[in-house]
Amino acid sequence: MILTGAEIIIKCLQAENVDYVFGYPGGSVLHIYDEFFKQDQIRHILVRHEQAAVHAADAYSRSSSKIGVALVTSGPGVTNAVTGIATAHADSVPLVVLTGQVGTSYIGQDAFQECDTVGITRPCVKHNFLVKNVEDLALTLKKAFHIATTGRPGPVVVDIPKDITAARCEFRYPRTVSMRSYNPVLKGHLGQIKKTVQILAKAKRPILYIGGGIVLSNAAERLTQLAHLLGCPVTSTLMGLGGFPGTDRQHLGMPGMHGTYEANMAMHHADVILAVGARFDDRVIGNTAHFAEEVRKIVHIDIDPSSISKRVKADVPIVGNIPDVLDEILKLLGANFSLPDQSAWWKQIGNWRDRNGLAYRKSAHLMPQFVLEKLYEVTRGDAIITSDVGQHQMFAAQYYKFDRPRRWINSGGLGTMGVGLPYAMGARFANPEATVACVTGEGSIQMCIQELSTCKQFELPIKIINLNNGMLGMVRQHQEMFYSKRYSQSYVTSLPDFVKLAEAYGHIGMKIERTEDVEPALEKAFTEYKDRLVFMDFIIDPTANVFPMVAAGKGLTEMILAEDL
Amino acid sequence: MRHIISILLENEAGALSRVAGLFSARGYNIETLTVAPTEDASLSRMTIVTRGSDEVLEQITKQLNKLVDVVKVVDLSEFSHVERELMLIKLRATGKDREEMKRMADIFRGRILDVTESTYVVELTGTSAKLDAFINALDAGLILETVRTGVSGIGRGDRILKI
Repeated sequence: MILTGAEIIIKCLQAENVDYVFGYPGGSVLHIYDEFFKQDQIRHILVRHEQAAVHAADAYSRSSSKIGVALVTSGPGVTNAVTGIATAHADSVPLVVLTGQVGTSYIGQDAFQECDTVGITRPCVKHNFLVKNVEDLALTLKKAFHIATTGRPGPVVVDIPKDITAARCEFRYPRTVSMRSYNPVLKGHLGQIKKTVQILAKAKRPILYIGGGIVLSNAAERLTQLAHLLGCPVTSTLMGLGGFPGTDRQHLGMPGMHGTYEANMAMHHADVILAVGARFDDRVIGNTAHFAEEVRKIVHIDIDPSSISKRVKADVPIVGNIPDVLDEILKLLGANFSLPDQSAWWKQIGNWRDRNGLAYRKSAHLMPQFVLEKLYEVTRGDAIITSDVGQHQMFAAQYYKFDRPRRWINSGGLGTMGVGLPYAMGARFANPEATVACVTGEGSIQMCIQELSTCKQFELPIKIINLNNGMLGMVRQHQEMFYSKRYSQSYVTSLPDFVKLAEAYGHIGMKIERTEDVEPALEKAFTEYKDRLVFMDFIIDPTANVFPMVAAGKGLTEMILAEDL
Repeated sequence: MRHIISILLENEAGALSRVAGLFSARGYNIETLTVAPTEDASLSRMTIVTRGSDEVLEQITKQLNKLVDVVKVVDLSEFSHVERELMLIKLRATGKDREEMKRMADIFRGRILDVTESTYVVELTGTSAKLDAFINALDAGLILETVRTGVSGIGRGDRILKI
């Protein structure tokens, strides 16, 4: 079958079972858009800014384990998309981003809407391609989907010059692809796995430390099985939340800079850390020298060898696909395995829990923590929660207990403000029956506010929980604590009336200022206005801070609690 | 510690920039870098001389292996190997220096490739240390220009980097 490049692209996407493409048209992708017009298998979601297209595709992927696809035009389309690509890259989200490029004969001529896409995106993709011959197009797209979804997942950019989309060639979509330079390890080293079982058998104070790898590799069920067999405490990073039930007694919450008191103390004092799909990053263990003061054995399971022994030396490194490795461990442990008596360990953890590090002060104003607690109750813990970046993100991670994976969608690695609303869009497209709420702040939401228009076009019934303190809260918190209250540029003046703004976009707006109004307002939004987008502007206490807190560069146990102030 | 990293990678446009970009993005240093196709034109062989602790070298090797275009990575310094670098050096050769320069080139087993009334171009092959020694042995004022290829290395005996 002789097809044009644009036709080939559509055929390839169909062959990969792509349901949605998030994008924005422009000159260099017009041939491709013309082909979208002629078919109805793939739905194109028109966003209002290319950054949002990539974020939405990213959340589509995070919330469903299907791959997200975005399509943008050359030049500014690409540069706008870069934030989205880097965000997905930092959290290892599988994504294929198709970018238009000027015609091959114009490349390098500083043509209209030309940029060096492969060069610009190279440091923030898993891999990228420039297609120079239409004959290579199908195989390149096959490789892109293969690379994005296997091994440690990540975004792959395919840059396609306009003349390639018009050129014709024989089309045949390869069913499989093999690359001599790319063969991710799947099976863990059996010797190392045996060593792990021996270490676990002697552990007195073990802890399971899990991260985003559990969610990405769909290993939550196996991990939960292992955790219940071991009966040990579990702590989950920001990216791993939902990988183990948040309401389970064994769950200590999140570790790290704004982790719970018990999680940080247990991480530091454990004699065996079984790290699975987590990477000991700076926000999780703080100062590495302080962390190294305690003697312990570390088993580290990850599909990416470069994540192991990067910041913290692992005693037993295991490179492999997490579900495969966990299966091996479970097989070796056997059904009747039990760890040495952990009652002293659990007693100590109980004492740490009793410090109640998540307690927050009473206020005449509305407290953000209270809003999150009520959101959890009203949605019965069953919503998909997306968040932006800042204080509200940490409050959501601390107070909303995720019992299932892929329900908590946020930018952990790159920390991109503005993701919340497009993430909610992507999550809703992937889960058309789910309740989707976007927890945000008046700073973050304005970074992609234009997507309220997209939400109207596609009638997405997202609930926006805007924790409005009139301040860039996380910045203000740091300035209060470490810059002698010099609030440099953290105060947001001239905020819009969000209720009117929501209405202007055709949605419902609500303003909530009093504690007693929170629950009724949420009930109303989630039941009466179930099928509408509701922008809920919660006017919260501007002085509320996130605690516990480990200051940057400090040790994990050097926490500041709310009660210390 | 100084290390010689040998890389076999796909001979594709942009592969070099992926490797170079990785070094600059992660703050690793490159002392020398050479690259050229192998006997199999679809593959390039790259040699990078870098310095770093064992931990840094472990990360460099792992990060290189992560690049999709990279087929194989070997740290030649871990075992017995041969390394060579080629230098072309242009020297002022007038008056009594003319004879002196010729003698120095002979001592270092260099070859004089080009002769004019006032200059010599000397070709010298050896380890980087030997090339440094030659430069240091000369009066700095007589050196007009130097070009060095950077280090190429290969394992001894049965150590073979091939797919």
